[in-house]
Amino acid sequence: MRANWWKVLSVILLGFTLTVGLLGDVPRLPILNETIRALYFHVTMWFGMILMLVVAVYHSIRYLRSNDLKHDDMAIEFTNSAILFGVLGIVTGMLWAKFTWGDYWSGDPKQNASAIGLLMYFAYLVLRNSLTDVYQRARIGAIYNIFAFAAFIPLIFVLPRLTDSLHPGNGGNPGFNAYDLDSNLRLVFYPAIIGWTLLGAWLSTVRVRLRRIERKLENKLINQT
Amino acid sequence: MKNWFCILFLVISLNASAQDKIPITEEDYQNSRIEMADVMRSSGKIYVLVGIIGIVFGGILVYLISTDRKVVKLEKMLKEESGYD
Repeated sequence: MRANWWKVLSVILLGFTLTVGLLGDVPRLPILNETIRALYFHVTMWFGMILMLVVAVYHSIRYLRSNDLKHDDMAIEFTNSAILFGVLGIVTGMLWAKFTWGDYWSGDPKQNASAIGLLMYFAYLVLRNSLTDVYQRARIGAIYNIFAFAAFIPLIFVLPRLTDSLHPGNGGNPGFNAYDLDSNLRLVFYPAIIGWTLLGAWLSTVRVRLRRIERKLENKLINQT
Repeated sequence: MKNWFCILFLVISLNASAQDKIPITEEDYQNSRIEMADVMRSSGKIYVLVGIIGIVFGGILVYLISTDRKVVKLEKMLKEESGYD
């Protein structure tokens, strides 16, 4: 229980996000209306994704330095959860966009860039699955993961800002910049980021543990025959 | 010459009749002043939020199910392993 304090924290923070996020006061703005609350559910997906990708890259580097498969487990599973969050981010974003920007997909620079980023990570999964040797898979996967992350950050943080985008804070669009400073939104937004990220980490670590048990069992089976 | 005049007047008259119609533009699709039966835009668009939270919940649920399947696979493997003993 003591080692699981962060899982409890995740549940508490997400409970806070859901209740205060849905009932709390938010700025009343045209077009956005109540959907401004999607800040706690859509934007936090991307923040959670980035934070989990950082963990994955850290473990990819650790793997390359140590050649220990336990780091590879962490890298792949954190990337898996990050991809889940990314897909949820893009789908929720499309729904949100339909009723605020008028279309599911408006070819917005940030939309396109995040779609490209996700495709890069899908390619990571395909690449891994195409290699049969576990050490080769881990090694090539780790290198790909580091490069994918290095391309992903400029894709979603830098390039959309250089041009006009519907996303707030990009190009000539002031968007949320003014509201980000709103203390009511911040009060829920930051805990929501931590809560969702911890939930993602929880999902990842459960699967990491599964992977390790699976490997142990497989080794045992192979050694028996 | 007479024929050319005929064609000229015809073209003019075609133009004239075309102007009676009101073309449907992209604006008519975007027009939010006209109330339509869209649920998603009612009550301050709260159902958009419901949809977003539903998608997030559904996605995590799918992931949970896929993890559950992995556990089932492991359990089978464990049975196999203990069968060899």
